[in-house]
Amino acid sequence: MEELGDIVQEFLVESHENLDQLDRDLVALEQEPGSRELLSSIFRTIHTIKGTSGFLAFNRLERVTHVGENLLARLRDGTQVMTPETTNTLLRMVDVVRTLLTTIEETSAEGEVDVDGVIEAVTACIEGGSPAAPAAKAEPAAKAESAAKAEPAAKAEPAPAAKAEPAPVAEPAPAVEVGTVPAPVAPAAAAEEDHAGAEPGVGQTRRSIAESSIRVDVDLLDKLMNLVGELVLTRNQMLRAVTASSDPALARTGQRLNLITSELQESVMKTRMQAIDHLWSKLPRVVRDLSSSVGKQVRLAMEGRETELDRSLLEAVKDPLTHLVRNAVDHGIESPADRRAAGKPAEGVLTLRAYHEGGHVIVEVADDGKGIDPARIAEVAIKRGLLTRDQVAHMERREILNLVFKAGFSTAEKVTNVSGRGVGMDVVKTNIERIGGAVDVESTLGEGTTWRLTIPLTLAIIQALTVECGTERYAIPQVAVHELVYLDGQNGRVIEHAMGAQVYRLRGKLLPLVRLDETLGLPDSSGDRDVYVAVLQAEGRKFGLVVDRVLNTEEVVVKALSSRFKEIGMYAGATLLGDGRVALILDVPSLARRAHLNVGAVDRAQAEIDATKGGNDNVDRLLIAGVGERRVAIPLDMVTRLEEFPLERFERVGAREVVQYRDQILPVLRLAQLLGVYSDTEQAASVPVVVYTERGRSVALAVDRIVDIVEDVVGAQRDFGDDGLMGSAVIQARVTELLDVRRAIMAADPRFDAEGVDTDGGLDLDPTMMVGA
Amino acid sequence: MASRQYATFEVADQLFGLEVAMVQEVLSFHEYTPVPLAPRSVGGLFNLRGQVIAAVDLRVQLGLQPRDFEGPAMNVIVRTPDESVSLLVDRIGEVVELDDETFEPPPDTLTGPSRELITGAFKLDGRLMLALDTGRAVQTSIGSAVED
Repeated sequence: MEELGDIVQEFLVESHENLDQLDRDLVALEQEPGSRELLSSIFRTIHTIKGTSGFLAFNRLERVTHVGENLLARLRDGTQVMTPETTNTLLRMVDVVRTLLTTIEETSAEGEVDVDGVIEAVTACIEGGSPAAPAAKAEPAAKAESAAKAEPAAKAEPAPAAKAEPAPVAEPAPAVEVGTVPAPVAPAAAAEEDHAGAEPGVGQTRRSIAESSIRVDVDLLDKLMNLVGELVLTRNQMLRAVTASSDPALARTGQRLNLITSELQESVMKTRMQAIDHLWSKLPRVVRDLSSSVGKQVRLAMEGRETELDRSLLEAVKDPLTHLVRNAVDHGIESPADRRAAGKPAEGVLTLRAYHEGGHVIVEVADDGKGIDPARIAEVAIKRGLLTRDQVAHMERREILNLVFKAGFSTAEKVTNVSGRGVGMDVVKTNIERIGGAVDVESTLGEGTTWRLTIPLTLAIIQALTVECGTERYAIPQVAVHELVYLDGQNGRVIEHAMGAQVYRLRGKLLPLVRLDETLGLPDSSGDRDVYVAVLQAEGRKFGLVVDRVLNTEEVVVKALSSRFKEIGMYAGATLLGDGRVALILDVPSLARRAHLNVGAVDRAQAEIDATKGGNDNVDRLLIAGVGERRVAIPLDMVTRLEEFPLERFERVGAREVVQYRDQILPVLRLAQLLGVYSDTEQAASVPVVVYTERGRSVALAVDRIVDIVEDVVGAQRDFGDDGLMGSAVIQARVTELLDVRRAIMAADPRFDAEGVDTDGGLDLDPTMMVGA
Repeated sequence: MASRQYATFEVADQLFGLEVAMVQEVLSFHEYTPVPLAPRSVGGLFNLRGQVIAAVDLRVQLGLQPRDFEGPAMNVIVRTPDESVSLLVDRIGEVVELDDETFEPPPDTLTGPSRELITGAFKLDGRLMLALDTGRAVQTSIGSAVED
């Protein structure tokens, strides 16, 4: 057997799980020797392993389990009574079974693992009716023998495993610990190790986990976490004071304190972290079972399984993730016949991907299936009366796709017992939002769908936007913030009223507004001018929160709020700001619910606007950038993020300029060079950059300054045929050149087109993109 | 003869007392974060060594006008089963040892919101000390006796 077949894989996963249970059962049995229930459960487990091992021709395994089964049968039927020695013998048998399974996992064969010793012991147990004499002998024998015999027997890779396994033999009690603590590692390794012996260290790792870890109360960790949060704040205050003073010794001490605190914070956070693999390890099985029951061929690929996140979050992500995976197998990936007809390999690929990005963990579930058709979604939405045809006509592709998160929404042609009942996606969304995360879907028809979960690293520390309203500051979880708009009361940047509801025209679409002062029952502090609108999203709806000032984005330590404030419903918690003051964290979903109250009025007003526009859809949203004296317009759809890089970040690779950005190397295209103008940034300390990303590949377009984001009907174009330009138009009463992003990018990265970049594809507007005015 | 220790404090010139065992600490603090939409009796939140503590305005609990937060206010921090809560008071008094003999149930003439908060009165030399029911004193949920 060169490679493990599916059946063997499954057998290993199942058996490892069963063995952990067996360890617990056996120890419990010792406390409760007469328990028929426990005995039957143990008997069944061993019986199952025996049956399967016979079928798979693992003879040693079969022989061991066979005698074990005999002994268990006698115990179960009451022919023999349970003694500590019987327990020892049974535990020893379980360990040998485990060793065999590990060896099978690593080498695809049973190897030379010695089983005769244990068979003898078990047989002795049966025949002797367990007198006390062999007991004394058996115990040291067990230790010596399994260690000694297993070693020479399995000289090569299996050696560490074989050595590690007999550890619990001597004392039955720790067996439980060993069984439960490394459990996440064991089935994981069993499930995913495709090639035999790929990781000879597996056994070693398991031993070290069992021996070098202790159990700690989560409450204690929480307390540590709190204290560290406090220390961080104190450190910040301290550093401020140190900066003010001019004592160099104090400054050095402050610097050290700074470093140590950061490291301490990181370490304490790590204590609560677990690899996402802990969750993923259950999925190969889910995928396998499901795909075979729906007649599909699915290969599961995993990237970034070592990505860690907070334990409590891991728990919260479990169900949504499983649901997405099931959904992808059931609805995303087509049947082998359909796939072949579409010119794809019969086997579909489901990719799980986890990585860190901007203080969050991103988990993607991507399939290469048929994709989601926005037109179909729109149709269903209209048919169900969720939206009117008019509304749909003015929705962005992305918004339409996000309709799938609405309750009761399913486009599945037939309902299966797996999914398609319209329950699920909304639950996924609710669950993820509850822990301060977000869900998003991107899909290309015929090519596949990617579900993306944005999860905070930990519940205890979140990225938050601090805003001011009245005299107080409030924190808004950053994950809900899409963009910020400053309303100066001029040039259309005004609050408008639509039948009592306050709205703002965000790029031509009415954004319902919620005034924070009004919502919190505070005196009207801000008026309609000189305010900021934080564009937030929750529960599938965008709305704007009007605040007086936007202060900062910072990491804040979330403190639970006294239960006495729960009924207010507006606060998700409290936090301590840099100066030690308490600030309330706003609960975005509750604010969103307020916004919903006005939805009717806003929708009607939107319909009116659309009607007067005469269905002119040629409105483009453009990012206006200044390059030298010239103004260049870049279609906003193609922009993923605006950044400002300090000059030293620009490096050279060959003839090209690059920057390192989020673990990628971004090719830089200086628009000034493309346009052949003199750039004023050549001496500047930092350069504004427009980041364009597609399928994980990004290009940085360096400009002199970001001027504005406008919305315009780009009709009056005249083509002067410059390279990389589509032509020019009058925008905001000034001649502005329209950038042909694709051609411009090709100049920077000729490979960019190699994978057929679809420039019409909807792109992720990063939630943290700032749109200044 | 049984005796107990009470921590005393004044609100609107009336002397109140809490059993010392209930009191975590006493401190003066001046920056409170208001909680909009919370019951009137919530004076605000403050940071006690990294813990967010809710301060309950005892004046409001007793049916008086809320305190104005100019300058520092005295906090009597009491332990409750769920959390530590601060009671905002005017002045801190001393810790006194009182005999159970000097205790009497609340006088019948005592009515209004304060009646609910008081378990009885101790007759001190020349003045009365009202013993507070901690549980009720820190209760601020909407619908409690103090809501207008």
